Amino acid sequence: MSKQASLPITIQGLTKRYGDAFALDRVDLHVRSGEFLTLLGPSGSGKTTLLMTIAGFTRPDSGSLKFGDVESIRTPAHKRDLGMVFQSYALFPHMSVADNVAFSLKLRKVPRSEIGRRVENALDMVQLGGFGARRITQLSGGQRQRVALARAIVFEPRILLMDEPLSALDKKLREHMQIELRRLHEKLGITTVYVTHDQREALTMSDRIAVICKGRVAQIDAPRQLYERPINKFVAGFIGDSAFLPVTFSQGRPLCAGAALKVDDAPVGDGGALLMLRPERLRIVTGQPCEDMNRFAGTVKGAIYQGDSYLLHVALAAGIEVCVRGASQRDAMACIPETGAAITLGLHRDDTVLIPDE
Amino acid sequence: MNEGALATEAAIGARGHPDGPQPVNARALRRDAARERLALFGLCSPALLLVLVIMIIPVGWLFWLSFVGEKGGLSMENYQRMIDSRAYLQIFRITFEVSAITTVVCVLLGYPLAYFLSQLPSRAANLCMIAVLVPLWTSLLVRTYAWLVLLQRRGLINTWGMDLGLWHDPIAIVHNLLGTLIGMVHIMLPFLILPVYGSMKTIDRDYLKAAANLGARPAQVFWKVFFPLSLPGLFAGGLIVFILCLGFYVTPAILGGGRVIMVAMSIATNIELFVNWGAASALGVVLLALTLLILYVASRVIRLDQVLGGRDP
Repeated sequence: MSKQASLPITIQGLTKRYGDAFALDRVDLHVRSGEFLTLLGPSGSGKTTLLMTIAGFTRPDSGSLKFGDVESIRTPAHKRDLGMVFQSYALFPHMSVADNVAFSLKLRKVPRSEIGRRVENALDMVQLGGFGARRITQLSGGQRQRVALARAIVFEPRILLMDEPLSALDKKLREHMQIELRRLHEKLGITTVYVTHDQREALTMSDRIAVICKGRVAQIDAPRQLYERPINKFVAGFIGDSAFLPVTFSQGRPLCAGAALKVDDAPVGDGGALLMLRPERLRIVTGQPCEDMNRFAGTVKGAIYQGDSYLLHVALAAGIEVCVRGASQRDAMACIPETGAAITLGLHRDDTVLIPDE
Repeated sequence: MNEGALATEAAIGARGHPDGPQPVNARALRRDAARERLALFGLCSPALLLVLVIMIIPVGWLFWLSFVGEKGGLSMENYQRMIDSRAYLQIFRITFEVSAITTVVCVLLGYPLAYFLSQLPSRAANLCMIAVLVPLWTSLLVRTYAWLVLLQRRGLINTWGMDLGLWHDPIAIVHNLLGTLIGMVHIMLPFLILPVYGSMKTIDRDYLKAAANLGARPAQVFWKVFFPLSLPGLFAGGLIVFILCLGFYVTPAILGGGRVIMVAMSIATNIELFVNWGAASALGVVLLALTLLILYVASRVIRLDQVLGGRDP
């Protein structure tokens, strides 16, 4: 299997209501050809409904869905030619591994000799060569996951959909499979839509992430952009940990707790704004202040050791509690301030992000 | 165990046993486990006693009786008669034929109905399920006589049919094989529908979605995925119906009109008419043996505990 022709997906005005609730609320989304796009959102946000609509299992109330240039909103699921990996894997328990993988090829009347070759290729690709004769019940969770993947790509679909495929695996295996899926995507170049509620997984794997909230796309961006420049409070709060400080404007200049903020791009508009504070971007300042540093005075509330890092709870003068994360190297651990100590926190201007306060 | 013994054991655990280190509290914990098993056994002992009194002892007695001849001594004459007489062979043949036809008709009628039920939303499915179950809770005798009222020469079906001019002379739909089959299918249908419905409900919808996603048309989804996965339930239902039919008495006796003689009826005749306990017992033993044989063969094909309510591990 080599690079396959891939297709873009264009979604416009997709709407689906269940009673009074909107599962999808006029969703517009463009998935680029060959892109790995993740739909990320809390449970009940509509991300799975969106994927199931793309797959053809959920009939929307209105909207347009195009694979390439072809309008496909009314195409039945079995004519859409999409690869799909289900959360439950949905491997047919009454068939062997090879029969599961060959299922789509037999339906497409591929010659018998070619079926054998392609099934073996697909199993090799997911490192399960020689497993064809096994029964599904004889496989471990990770192996089932790979079979599901082989079954989804063996007929060379131009779009691959994945619905939380790694959620049933333990942490180590999950992280391993994330890298493997990512490599496979680079090798095949197939347009991939991936659903997860795990933000780290989304950040690790995606070309772009669409954050879904209440049936709408809250923001769609590359992982780093999304994490460092969220455009609203929901995205800032959902991805990563953050605390928010209220910001006021005086003659167009942002003020926080009475002090002027050093910031590169302040949001336009006369409403209030919020300053986003990420635990790992804050640091404890000792000695001479650096020119590009915003400073906040506070009192230490306590420290928590978390293995790879430590977390320091600090109550700021404004009365808001924030966290500071530091690497747990020996020398850093040695100078953690004691509970009750007055300290100064610093935030570099590049990490100073203002978001509109809705 | 008293405290002294516990203390001794703890001391042994701490000091180490002469034959190597003895784990702490091991004996007391083992004894607790044994006590729990005994309590469980105690809970089911009334049922076991009942089974012994009303099942094992009478069946053993039956077995013994079947080897007692007319003169009172041990003899094989009851079995010999069954082999010699063509009438008995005929009775077994009819019993198996009626059971097989009933099972096949039940499968043909029950499978689609169970499929329909399994596709309904759960509220509607529950209502329909009650409709399936109500006949099961109604007396067998009442249902059988109800069929007689419907099917006999001057019954509802014949009167209406003739009033509407569909046919002129009463048609014979009872007191024969057809009547027996109609009654038996009706009574057996729930026993087929329940296990089939059960196995259909356990089929994960994702399998059907996956099959469609891989390119299967709705009919292909059904035949390649849904049907094979529902087979254990169909097999269980068919088996239950067939085995229940083998020993059926009331319905063939009333609706068969003496023309359809099944083994159970023959046993009754032997006792009530000829007071021949030996012959009746031998028939019973053979029927029981054949039933057990069928169950054994079935258990080689499929795991019975799984299809009769258990789940795949």
